[in-house]
Amino acid sequence: MNKCTERLYNGLVKENPTLVLMLGMCPTLAVTTSAINGLGMGLSTTAVLIMSNMMISALRKIIPDKVRMPSFIVIVASFVTIVDLLIQGYLPSLNESLGIYIPLIVVNCIILGRAEAYASKNPVLPSIFDGIGMGLGFTIALTIIGLIRELLGAGTAFGFSVMPAAYEPFSIFVMAPGAFFVLAILTAIQNKLKLRSATNGDAPAVNAEPLACGGRCDECIGNVCTANRMILEEQADEKAAIKEDAKAVAKKAFPEASSAVASDSASDQKGGDK
Amino acid sequence: MKELILLLIGAALVNNVVLSQFLGICPFLGVSKKTDTAVGMGSAVIFVVTVAAAVAYPIHTFILVPLGLGYMDTLVFIAVIAALVQLVEMILKKFIPSLYKALGVYLPLITTNCCVLGVALTNVQDGHNFIQSIIYALGTSIGFFISIVLMSGIREKIEENDIPHVLKGSPILLITAGLMAMAFCGFAGLI
Repeated sequence: MNKCTERLYNGLVKENPTLVLMLGMCPTLAVTTSAINGLGMGLSTTAVLIMSNMMISALRKIIPDKVRMPSFIVIVASFVTIVDLLIQGYLPSLNESLGIYIPLIVVNCIILGRAEAYASKNPVLPSIFDGIGMGLGFTIALTIIGLIRELLGAGTAFGFSVMPAAYEPFSIFVMAPGAFFVLAILTAIQNKLKLRSATNGDAPAVNAEPLACGGRCDECIGNVCTANRMILEEQADEKAAIKEDAKAVAKKAFPEASSAVASDSASDQKGGDK
Repeated sequence: MKELILLLIGAALVNNVVLSQFLGICPFLGVSKKTDTAVGMGSAVIFVVTVAAAVAYPIHTFILVPLGLGYMDTLVFIAVIAALVQLVEMILKKFIPSLYKALGVYLPLITTNCCVLGVALTNVQDGHNFIQSIIYALGTSIGFFISIVLMSGIREKIEENDIPHVLKGSPILLITAGLMAMAFCGFAGLI
């Protein structure tokens, strides 16, 4: 059971998909015009994530490695269709406000990312908890963003008016630009507090395995993954540059020692050749 | 004809796919570092979105609807798009190597770009006919091209500026995108 609670913590805090990994930006920005919409989108995604994680984990030994991605997409798309039809049937008002973004859960990078990084390698129960943790992390982040936008843009919270009557709402926050501004402010706060974030170069790396998708980049078809990989490559380049600088400094300070290092590395290379 | 032009402009500028519908945010933020790559990605998106819309329309109208399978749209479209991208990649590699060289790297990235699926689904939901579908797809993807190229231009300038430490990385990007979205709100009076 310990592993399950660890997965929950991981999804909610340590690798929060929205605030730390910056995955699934399209629904995050698009549907958070109010807290209720954010909550609805988050819970629909959570439902899909739990079911697809469960199914993919159960089938992980049957699905051949080569057709892994198409199989995952078909499984995810089936569950999204189910959730879409359920929402259309039982929550017509939510369906109206979320519109096309419900079927677009299929291409949400979080779901394929978790399938690839976790569910396809781990047993069923931890995968379910991984889905719950990631899904709730996403839900909470979306609800918070929705709440901020609703509060500033309409003066209400979950549809109840909370601001004093004299409050003049900034309607820009419920329009498209507001989404970008609220997320910008949240990520800036993360930067300031040096919290972990995939796009935040100064903060400590997210974890030892830095890519949320598991790092099998050459076979991957995700977009965010590419963005993350570019960031990582840059960081590696920067580190290499720093090392070079350090070497140059060392060479100036201790010419003999550095020549020893150079001969060492040369002999290393020879060893490698053998 | 006038309606088609309005549809094209509406899709490209007024309801810009990235800045007002939030589809394709990931490549918009991820692949907009340099103008060259942004142009490559933008052209690849124009190509794939238009072809995908042209393929999705007959599949929906002549296969799914007559069989009463309209609810399978999402599932079928994503599979078709994934297969289509692979196919386009192979065809380009074989017959038009120069175009493949320009677009090749970006093609596999587009499968999960939500604007491809988004355009196909919007076409079905709004009941566009074949010509309208293609025009709408073209307009939307041109809108994507415009915004990603503009973004990359701004980012190249930002690189050289001294921005506050706190805003480095994604915050300044998102603020830029927000300001661009505000500017694009101005197009609302165009139609």
